[in-house]
Amino acid sequence: MKSASKNTLARWSGVLTVVLFCTETAFAHVQKGEAAGFVTGIKHPVTGFDHVLAMVAVGLWGAQLGAPAIWLLPVAFPMVMAFGGMLGLMGVPLPGVEYGIAASAILLGAAVMFELRPPLAIAAAIVAIFAIFHGHAHGTELPPGQSGLLYSIGFVMATGCLHGVGIGIGTIHRWGWGKKGLRLAGAGVALAGMFFMWRAFTA
Amino acid sequence: MKTRLRESRIPIYAMVFFSCLMFPLAAEAHLNSTGMGPIYDGQLHFLLSPEDIIPVLALALLFGLRGVAFGRRALFVLPGAWLLGGLIGLAASSSTGSGVVSAVWFLLLGGLLAADAKLSLRVATAIAVLLGVYHGYLNGAGLGLNFSSAAVLLGLIFSVFITVALAAAFVAQLRAPWARIAVRVVGSWIFASGLLLMGWVVRRG
Repeated sequence: MKSASKNTLARWSGVLTVVLFCTETAFAHVQKGEAAGFVTGIKHPVTGFDHVLAMVAVGLWGAQLGAPAIWLLPVAFPMVMAFGGMLGLMGVPLPGVEYGIAASAILLGAAVMFELRPPLAIAAAIVAIFAIFHGHAHGTELPPGQSGLLYSIGFVMATGCLHGVGIGIGTIHRWGWGKKGLRLAGAGVALAGMFFMWRAFTA
Repeated sequence: MKTRLRESRIPIYAMVFFSCLMFPLAAEAHLNSTGMGPIYDGQLHFLLSPEDIIPVLALALLFGLRGVAFGRRALFVLPGAWLLGGLIGLAASSSTGSGVVSAVWFLLLGGLLAADAKLSLRVATAIAVLLGVYHGYLNGAGLGLNFSSAAVLLGLIFSVFITVALAAAFVAQLRAPWARIAVRVVGSWIFASGLLLMGWVVRRG
């Protein structure tokens, strides 16, 4: 038994050694006009905790509501978010963006916590209204000198993936303990939203 | 007896092997010696240009969703139209693409894909021809007439063909409803990117 584990260890060590020998060039410096905007776009929603919670909450709520909301909400959100992003890129002002983002976390968290089941159109409208605030924030924060297209593709993909994470977590809804866990997660998102709101007021 | 015979042949094999090693051919490692450089340039240009590859990907996914007949149509019509547009572009003077038109392509194809639009084969073919001619023209005009332009264009069209073949074939065989919805979600992302591209174009002026 011991010799078998030693063999496995030796095999994995061999594989690791081969992999280490096959190193590629690091490409540590982002090339001008290439990955610059894409990587920034990917990082933008992921590094903002307020964005992360709201996006994941959309996925959780969609999973609770089931079909067709499970796919309609994550489809509606990026499209309307992009409209907000377009306004931000064009320099059209939108008042109270930070309050809107904080409110999105509170309301979406509350919707998950109470397992609210409004008609599909109303659920989509709630998600869409908040998406405009998130998109506007992304649009206005495009760093100078970066490709707007790559930045846009990056943050749309990151947003979609965060919805996917929410939907993935939301699949625990099929079990009793999962339902309770999701409601607890919703409460956590709503609480974090209140913190973001307090911070927006005091900033 | 057998072992002795086999042993006696080893020096002969070794001599042949080392004689072969003494006559190495040129490695042809550099693309300028093989003449393949412009072809690879064309292939990579397409694969690294989001303005080109994303509309093609959207079209291929849309045609794939509509079925095998649509996928087969796109497979030959799009590269053919791209070639035609490219040849016209090569003969034309230099031209720059419009960001607004690129955004419109994103919006149109992403929107159709997200909505899983039930297009007729005729309308779908017309869209593929328009897309191919427009982007092919821009590529051709950007290249201008020179010695390697035709090879670059050939590489581009090869990449278009491969992209359409892989994407449309992948989607055409999807049967699970969730998988088809995932493809439509990609369409919504492309539509969203188109809206943002439009905003960026307006901002740049």
